[in-house]
Amino acid sequence: MALTPPIREEYELTLAPLTGTPLARPLSPWQRLWRQTWLRKGVILLLLALLWESVGRWQNNDLLLPTFMQTARAFVDGLASGELFLKTWLSLQVLLKAYVLGIVLAFLLTTLAVSTQFGRDLLGTLTSMFNPLPAIALLPIALLWFGLGQGSLIFVLVHSVLWALAVNTYTGFLGVSDTLRMAGRNYGLRGLPFVFHILVPAALPSILAGLRIGWAFAWRTLIAAELVFGATSGQGGLGWYIFQNRNELYTDKVFAGLAMVILIGLLVESLVFNTLERVTVRRWGMQR
Amino acid sequence: MHNPAAETASVSATAQTAQPLLQVDRVSLQYRTAQAVVQATHEVGFHVHPADRFVLLGPSGCGKSSLLKSVAGFLPPAAGEIRLDGRLVREPGPDRIVVFQEFDQLPPWKTVLENVMFPLLASKTLPRREAAERARHYLDKVGLTRFADAYPHTLSGGMKARVAIARALAMQPRMLLMDEPFAALDALTRRKMQEELLILWEEVRFTLLFVTHSIEEALVVGNRILLLTPHPGRVRAEINSHQYDLGSLGGAGFQQTAQRIHRLLFDEDAASPSAQPINFSDVRFSY
Repeated sequence: MALTPPIREEYELTLAPLTGTPLARPLSPWQRLWRQTWLRKGVILLLLALLWESVGRWQNNDLLLPTFMQTARAFVDGLASGELFLKTWLSLQVLLKAYVLGIVLAFLLTTLAVSTQFGRDLLGTLTSMFNPLPAIALLPIALLWFGLGQGSLIFVLVHSVLWALAVNTYTGFLGVSDTLRMAGRNYGLRGLPFVFHILVPAALPSILAGLRIGWAFAWRTLIAAELVFGATSGQGGLGWYIFQNRNELYTDKVFAGLAMVILIGLLVESLVFNTLERVTVRRWGMQR
Repeated sequence: MHNPAAETASVSATAQTAQPLLQVDRVSLQYRTAQAVVQATHEVGFHVHPADRFVLLGPSGCGKSSLLKSVAGFLPPAAGEIRLDGRLVREPGPDRIVVFQEFDQLPPWKTVLENVMFPLLASKTLPRREAAERARHYLDKVGLTRFADAYPHTLSGGMKARVAIARALAMQPRMLLMDEPFAALDALTRRKMQEELLILWEEVRFTLLFVTHSIEEALVVGNRILLLTPHPGRVRAEINSHQYDLGSLGGAGFQQTAQRIHRLLFDEDAASPSAQPINFSDVRFSY
C-alpha cells in the first residue's frame, strides 16, 4: 500500500512582541580579551622565550647558545650605545629605497602587461627567467657594475622585490571579474584611471600578499648580502653587525642582531601590513 | 475588457509619429571561441522609444544578453548597426548604464553612497558635492538611505540590486540596460523588485531595455516584448504587454498572452496548450 501522510489541523498564531529575552548576549571580559590577537601572539612569544631560556641554561655554553636573558641584555646594551640603532637604520634606509623602487617598477610592468599583448609576453618571460634566480647570486655582478656602495645593494634588492610583487599583482589583475571590468568601462574609465579605480582595488588582496612576500625577500637578501660581502655600502648595516660580532665570538650580540631582524619583521607585519589589511580588504569583505 | 486589436493599432500609430531612441538594424553578433566562430544572433532588428520598457525575451542561447552587451557597446556587431539618438554606438559609455545580474557589479571597496556616486565621478558628470546630493536622492528613492555608509558585503541580495538600480538611475542615462537583474534573487524578493521597478518607472519615466528568460517577468515588467528564438537568435515576434502589471498575474488575458508567447517561442502546436490550462505555479514560468 502507498504511504500517505496524515492530514493535520491547520493553525494560526497571533504573535505578541518578544520581551525579556535579549537578542544579543555580551561576551565575558575574559572572552573579549582573548579575542585580541596581540595577546594570543604575545603568549606564544613568552612561551618561546621561556623555552629558550631553559634550554640555554641547561646547555650552559655562552659561546654556542646564550640564554634569553643574556641576549636581552646585549640587545639593550646595543640600543643604549646607539650602535645597534645606527646599524639598523642604515639597513632600513637601503631597504626602503629599494622596496619603493621595486614597487614602482612592478606596477609599471603589470600595467603594461594588462594593456598590451607585448607587455604580457614581456612580464611572463622576465618573471619565469628571473623569479627563480636568487638575488644574492647577482651581487658579484652588481658589485662589478655599481661598485662598492648602495647602488649594488639596491640593485639586488629591487631584483628580489620586483618579480615576486609583479607576479602577484598580475595574478590579482587577471582575477578581477568581468562584471566589474564592464562596469568600469561602462562609466567611461579607460587606461590608467581604469587601472587605479578598478583593477588595483579589486586585486588588492593579491597585491598585499605580493608586498608581504617582497618585503620578506628584500630583508633576507639585504642581511645575506651584508653577511656574505661585509660592509658593501661603506658603513655596514645589521648584517655586518652580526658578521663582525660572530668573528669576535660575541655570540650574545649575534643573537641580539638576529633578534633585531625578527623584531622588525614582527613590527612591520603587525603594524604595517595587518593595519593595511584591516582598513582595506577586511573592511570591504574581500578577505576574512 | 481589452480590445487588443484597437490597442495595437493605437500604439503603432504613436510609434510611427515619434522618433525611436534606439534603432537596432539587422544586427548579427558573433562570438569567437578557441574552436569556432559562433553566431549569436542573425539580423535582429527592433526600435525602442523614449520611456519604453522594452523586453528581450527568449530561451538561453537566443543571444538576448549578447544583444544587450552590444547595445552597451561591449560587443561590436559583425553586421548591421545600432544607433542611439541617431548616432552609431561604437563603445561603452555613461549614456547607457548597465545593471548586471551578478552581485559583484558593486565594487566592494566603496560604500553604498560611494558606489552610487562612482559613475557620476568617473564620467566627470558632476563634481563631488553635487554627485553626493544626487546619489542620496536616488538612494532615498530605492529606500536605502539608512545604508548609505554600509559596505556592499553587508547587504542582502535584494539590497545590492537596489543599489545597482539607484546607481544606474543617478546617472540619468539615455537608456537603462538591465541584464536579468533579478535572476539571482529569491522569488519573493524578485516579485518585490519588479514592483519597485515599475513604481520607479512611474516616477522617473526612464527608457528601459530589459533582458529576461521568464515569460511572467517579461509580461509584468515590459510594455513591449521582443521574442527571440535560439541558435542563432532571430526575431520571432513583437508583443504588447503594457496592459499587464503584477495585479494581472492570474487574469485570463495574462494567461492567454503567456500561452501565446510560449507557443511562439517553442513552436508548439496551437491546439495542444489550450487542452491543459496553465497553472501559475508551473515551472515553465520561472525557467
